Amino acid sequence: MTDTTEKAAVEPAPGPAAPKPAPAPRTARLWRGATPWLFLLAPLTLLIVFTYAPIANMVAYSFTDWDGVSPELHYTGAENYAELFTRSDLFEVFWVSGYYLAASVVQIVAALYFATILSFNVRFRNFFKGVLFFPYLINGVAIGMVFLYFFQDGGTLDSVLSLLGVQTDRAWLGTPESANTSLAAVSVWRYLGLNFVLFLGAIQSIPGELYEAAELDGANRWHQFRHIIAPGIKPVLSLTVILSISGSLSVFEIPYIMTGGATGTETFVIQTVKLAFQFNKTGLASAAAVVLLLIVLAVTWVQRRLVPDEKVDLV
Amino acid sequence: MTRRTVARTLVYLSLIAATAVALLPLAAVVLTSLRSEREMADGSGALALPDDLLNFHNYATAFQDGRMLSAFGNTAIILLFAIGGTVLIGSMTAYAIDRFTFRFRKLVVALFLTAALVPGVTTQVATFQIVNSFGMFDSLWAPIVLYMGTDIVSIYIFLQFVRSIPTSLDEAARLDGAGAFTIYRRIIFPLLKPAIATVVIVKGITTYNDFYIPFLYMPSEDLGVISTSLFRFKGPFGAHWETISAGAVLVILPTLIVFLLLQRFIYNGFTKGATR
Repeated sequence: MTDTTEKAAVEPAPGPAAPKPAPAPRTARLWRGATPWLFLLAPLTLLIVFTYAPIANMVAYSFTDWDGVSPELHYTGAENYAELFTRSDLFEVFWVSGYYLAASVVQIVAALYFATILSFNVRFRNFFKGVLFFPYLINGVAIGMVFLYFFQDGGTLDSVLSLLGVQTDRAWLGTPESANTSLAAVSVWRYLGLNFVLFLGAIQSIPGELYEAAELDGANRWHQFRHIIAPGIKPVLSLTVILSISGSLSVFEIPYIMTGGATGTETFVIQTVKLAFQFNKTGLASAAAVVLLLIVLAVTWVQRRLVPDEKVDLV
Repeated sequence: MTRRTVARTLVYLSLIAATAVALLPLAAVVLTSLRSEREMADGSGALALPDDLLNFHNYATAFQDGRMLSAFGNTAIILLFAIGGTVLIGSMTAYAIDRFTFRFRKLVVALFLTAALVPGVTTQVATFQIVNSFGMFDSLWAPIVLYMGTDIVSIYIFLQFVRSIPTSLDEAARLDGAGAFTIYRRIIFPLLKPAIATVVIVKGITTYNDFYIPFLYMPSEDLGVISTSLFRFKGPFGAHWETISAGAVLVILPTLIVFLLLQRFIYNGFTKGATR
């Protein structure tokens, strides 16, 4: 939503000087004015009913003590928000996001590395591309099952380690620290492919002559990366950072499927879902959701400030 | 060895390591899915070869007891409607926004764009109440309508394509007496084929893989889709990893086939879809 204003200036203003076609009959004119709205009827209805109405309702619920079922609800002012920020157990879930944020850093660095080497000539390139990308396409529940087995006592990880001569006797999902680290590693496994493919696309859109010229000047791969690739993919890089931050804040699927939020792996969204649908605290859950929404919007806003994205030009 | 060969070797080593990390968890599950219950009890490692490589017994169990057939059926229905709806709605929106100048046009565009910034998971608490008030809770309509209504990415992909179709085509058709709807149906829509392919693939994969929406909106067992049915394996099959693994492989297999067949389009689709 950056530059919706720009094109308005370009559009010819229907000033009196502009030559107008002969005025159409009244009904025809009315009909023409209505045409775009006929096309937009269904999309706009869905958009308002399932996106904007919920947001408005959610903000309204967040100031009440509604349980989501009973017809009665009382206005409680900012009480839900106060509870959210003062009850440490409700706020602690945000620390879990830290694990996923750290994982995003690993993920972005690894994706950049693989995208860079695979955009040059490498044998079996398409095979490696496919292998790195495919996990992203897999169903989240299936991934959850695969990795539950992976971290199982005597499961994949233990087998691999014993093949390498390392005997371990630990429950990988047993303590909050190792459980969160394990789950964050799963999210790296899952999302690396998406970042990789985005970077790859961006790198390949950099004209090849640039590398040739650089090579003539005696630049090695690192110089090429530093001075050609990195600046060339800046927009995608900033998009990835933003997706990672908002993604880390709204982790749900993998921890919910694998641990159900046990052993300190509960994330903000798991907590919200539980508050709303298990404990019937719709008011409190709405307040939590509003907080998350505001954080995500703020992060997006900051990112747009830092890196003005020329590409977003819907109008 | 020169420095160059060392560097090259390291590059290949890192690629092989990444391949192992990506494939090992999956390979272990495939191997486990082929083991018999007795082999599982023996406690041979997750990477040992199963005795009988053609033991599909667990697949039969997962398919029948896990009610995978009805799950695939439900998923297929949702896919059909959600994708069809997304294509129609996205292309109509793009046509209206790109080809007409009307009052509040900028407002409409801003509404669609702002919606893209709102992460779906955050608003579900309130969306739930609305879906419920329409009586769509616990029916296939809930996910269908939700998938159709909020897809900003496909609208954006369509917009890019509509913009690349020369307006002279519209004007020629208009001179021949075609109305807006005919132009959309006879000219714009057919020319959108590449965009439609992209949207079908991206939307199809995300819909097939989604867990959150069916999990929240369709709790009854008859309405299980692929992801929720597999999720239910955790209960009855408890520690029967051979059956759970078979279920997971059954769910992954269609994705793998589609990926191998449509690789090129999928890469394109995701780069187009994700960089909105």
